[in-house]
Formats: sequence, structure tokens, C-alpha cells
Amino acid sequence: MSTIMDGLSLGAIYALIALGYTMVYGIAKMLNFAHGDIIMVGAYTILTILQLSGNPYVAIAVSIVVCTIAGIVIERLAYKPLRGASPLAVLITAIGVSFLLQAIAQLIFGSKSQTISLPDFGKIHIGSFEFNASTIITLVVGGVIMAALTIFVKKTNTGRAMQAVSEDKGAALLMGVNVNRIIMITFAIGSALAAFASLFYLMQIPSITPTLGSMPGIKAFTAAVIGGIGSIPGAMLGGVLLGLIEKICLSIPAISPYTTAIEFSLLIVILLVKPIGLLGKKIREKV
Amino acid sequence: MAMLEVKDLEVYYGMIQAIKGVSFEVNEGEIVTLIGANGAGKTTTMQSIMGLIPIKKGSVTYNGQDITKVPGHKIVHLGMTQVPEGRRIFQELTVYDNLLMGAYTVKDKKQIQKDIDEICQRFEILGQRKNQIAGTLSGGEQQMLAMGRAMISHPKLLMLDEPSMGLSPLFVDKVFDIIKDYNKSGTTILLVEQNAKKALSIADRAYVLETGNISLSGSANELLNDEAVKKAYLGA
Repeated sequence: MSTIMDGLSLGAIYALIALGYTMVYGIAKMLNFAHGDIIMVGAYTILTILQLSGNPYVAIAVSIVVCTIAGIVIERLAYKPLRGASPLAVLITAIGVSFLLQAIAQLIFGSKSQTISLPDFGKIHIGSFEFNASTIITLVVGGVIMAALTIFVKKTNTGRAMQAVSEDKGAALLMGVNVNRIIMITFAIGSALAAFASLFYLMQIPSITPTLGSMPGIKAFTAAVIGGIGSIPGAMLGGVLLGLIEKICLSIPAISPYTTAIEFSLLIVILLVKPIGLLGKKIREKV
Repeated sequence: MAMLEVKDLEVYYGMIQAIKGVSFEVNEGEIVTLIGANGAGKTTTMQSIMGLIPIKKGSVTYNGQDITKVPGHKIVHLGMTQVPEGRRIFQELTVYDNLLMGAYTVKDKKQIQKDIDEICQRFEILGQRKNQIAGTLSGGEQQMLAMGRAMISHPKLLMLDEPSMGLSPLFVDKVFDIIKDYNKSGTTILLVEQNAKKALSIADRAYVLETGNISLSGSANELLNDEAVKKAYLGA
């Protein structure tokens, strides 16, 4: 039971990160491989502000702001000038941005792992089960954020414009939509979600290195592809699925050393059976 | 003064010059049509006016304002919009959400609701299929949606790019009736068509586009009776 809860909460973290990948892919048609490193930016921001102010809530708030701004600045400086360039050029730029962020972090904070002490929320008892409070918080807050995002995309003007831009930039422009602004908002939202993910990640593994974002980044990207890249519900489903599988594998001693291999094998199998991912959209033929 | 004035327009795709100095104008209240064969540059002209394709040389003026370098989404705010070639409705959104996108520049929620009701009256089929995913509509219905979506923001100048393309004769007649009606209710129309006969039958004036140049212009009646036009475009 607690394995399932741990899996769901890890899944919520993957889902939050995967949403950033999938939304940016859906709208800007690019794979933002620097997205995982936004988690690292968030983690170091929490660490720094916590040391300066001693208040974890201030640290969290600042980290959300810093990540959002980082996302916007990266898009403006690195990706916007490449609008219309070949996808390969954009992809390589994204990898470059990823290395750049890691190098900057290493310059400022050094390469040694640093430990962060977030407040311990203790345990919660539900019936005869005992859970880490941080697990429950991750699940609840993650769920609320995802629900809010879904409503935002479906019900607001900006959300509808995001769907329109994702489908046809030219047609969206003819409706009076400022496409560049919508892309910027998408990066901002994705990065803010990554800030939450970094907080939840630190609640589980409280140590920070400049490459902290790499592994969860790749796992979340895998989750986004499993769910169907470009699909918001797909990213959520893929994330939760991957988190569950990871925790279940880790809890069984015989197969726990192969956990990562199993996860990526799942990706291969799903791509073989359903190349567009579980909830992926069919690629429309141009009429 | 002309409502829309295009002057010495030149557009390139890479090294290839698609538009070689096109000039024309549209006066308020008119239906003006650009006719021409495949590859003559009709769609390129339309798209460059709206800022979808960059203009290399020349100018576009709308109500006296130079909009050559104005980004497309701002042009829409000036009261000018386009029903693009191939309809390009948002296939994954519902009919209703497509209409809401058409009203993106309108801020007044009550007004939007009124406008949507009005469009659903004009195009009954859209009213009946409000909650249907737009991609499931037939070609003719999608054209109705594309037109309804453009009309909802009450443009002063509506550009239509090949609205009859791929439609059954019945729907073609319907589309041209709607355009004529809409013009009578006060909207200026710039129409691009391959179906020259139909286009000339509802237009006031026309320009013939040939490989990036205007080869002929005049009143729609003149062109309907012009021997060269008859031979090349009217199949007579």
C-alpha cells in the first residue's frame, strides 16, 4: 500500500515535469531538453533562499518566480531567434542550454552534493496504514495543479489560444492571437510546474548537485512520450504510470537493480505497439 | 481613398520571386476578386497582406495606415481578417470553441454570445453541431465554420481565399450567396478564386493574376466579356 502511494507521488513529480515537455512540444514543436535543468535551478534557489531567510515558504515562492523567469529568458534568448529554423538546430541549442545551466550552477555552487533540510512533516496514519506526510502533500498538491491546468487550457481564452496555436499557428494568427506571447506563456507555465516538481523531489531526496535535473528530466521525457507527446492528459498518465512502475520494481528485491532498464524497456514496447503514445493524437494529413 | 491599397508588392520564397510587383486596391463596400490559375500567386498575395509571409518590397496600406510591417495578429485588431485557403479550422476543438477563437479580439462576453447566436442563425448547421469536434464536419460544413469564425469579429474587410475549393456545386452556390449577402450588410470583400465565372458573377471589380503579375483589370462585367479571359479562365 505505501509502495503504491510512493509510486503515485513519484508519478506526480514525473507528471509535473512531463507536462512542461509536452506543452512546449505541443505548442512550439520543439523538444526542450533544458527543461530538466529548470528543476536544478529550482532546487538551488530553494537551498539559497532557505539559507538566507530560514523560511521554507519564502524559498518555495522565490523558486517558482525564478524558474518562471528562467524559462521565459531561455525561450527569448535561445529559442525565439531560431523560430522557423530546422528542428535539429533547435534541438542542439536546447542541449547546449542544458549544459550551460549545469556549468553555471557548477561555477556558483561547486560540483559537490549539498544537503538541504526541509521541514519534516512526519507521518500520517490513515486506518492501519502509515504514510510519509510529504508523499500525501505531493499527491494532493500535484493533483490540484494538474486539475487547475486542465481547466485553464479548456476554459480560458488563453488556454483555448494555446490549443489553437498548437494545431495551426497561421490560423491562430488570423484570429488575432499573438503567437509569440502564447509560446512565452507556455514556457512560463512549464517552468513554474518544474519549480513545484523540484520542491517535491527535494522532499524525497534532499541532496542537490548541478546535474540533479538530468535523470528526472529524462524519466519525465520518457513519461511524456509514453503518454503521447503533445497530449496533456497523456503526460499525466505517463508520469503516474512510470512512477508506479519505478516504485513497485524498487520494492521487489529480485528486480530492483533492473528498475531503470524496465522503465525504458516499457518505452520501447509502447513505441513499438503504439508509436504515438497511449493518448497521443493522430498526425493529421494535410489536405 | 481606397480601403486597402497594395502597391508594387514583391514576395520571395528563398531565391524564387513569387510576386513581381503587384498593385491593386479595394474600395469600401466593394467585392473585389483576384482570379488566376494555380501558382499565379493569389494565395501568396493574400498571405503576405496579413503578415503570414514577409514582404520584400512594396507596401500595404489599410485605411491610410501603412501595415506592411505590422504583425498579423495586430492587423486583425484593425478590423481585417481572412478565411484562409483550405479552411484551416481548428480540427480538435469543438465548433463552439472555434467560434470563440474567432471572437478572440472581442472582450465583451455578452457581445460574443450575441455574435455566436447570430452566426448560428446565419449558418444553421453550426448551431446544430455546436458541441461537435470540428474535424468531424464535412468539407462544406467546415467552410461554413471557417466563414462563420471569420465573420464573428465583425471585420470591416474580409478576405476569402478559395472558399469554393473542393466543394459540391450546391455548396459552391451557397458560399457565393453568403458572400454576396455579407457584402450587402456592409462588409468589404476581397475574394481569391479559381472559379473565375462564379467570382466575376458576384464581384464589382476584378484583377487577373498571372505568374506574379497583374495582367488585366477592370469591372467584373468587362472581364466576363473579355475574349482573353473567356478563353483562359471561363472555358468558353
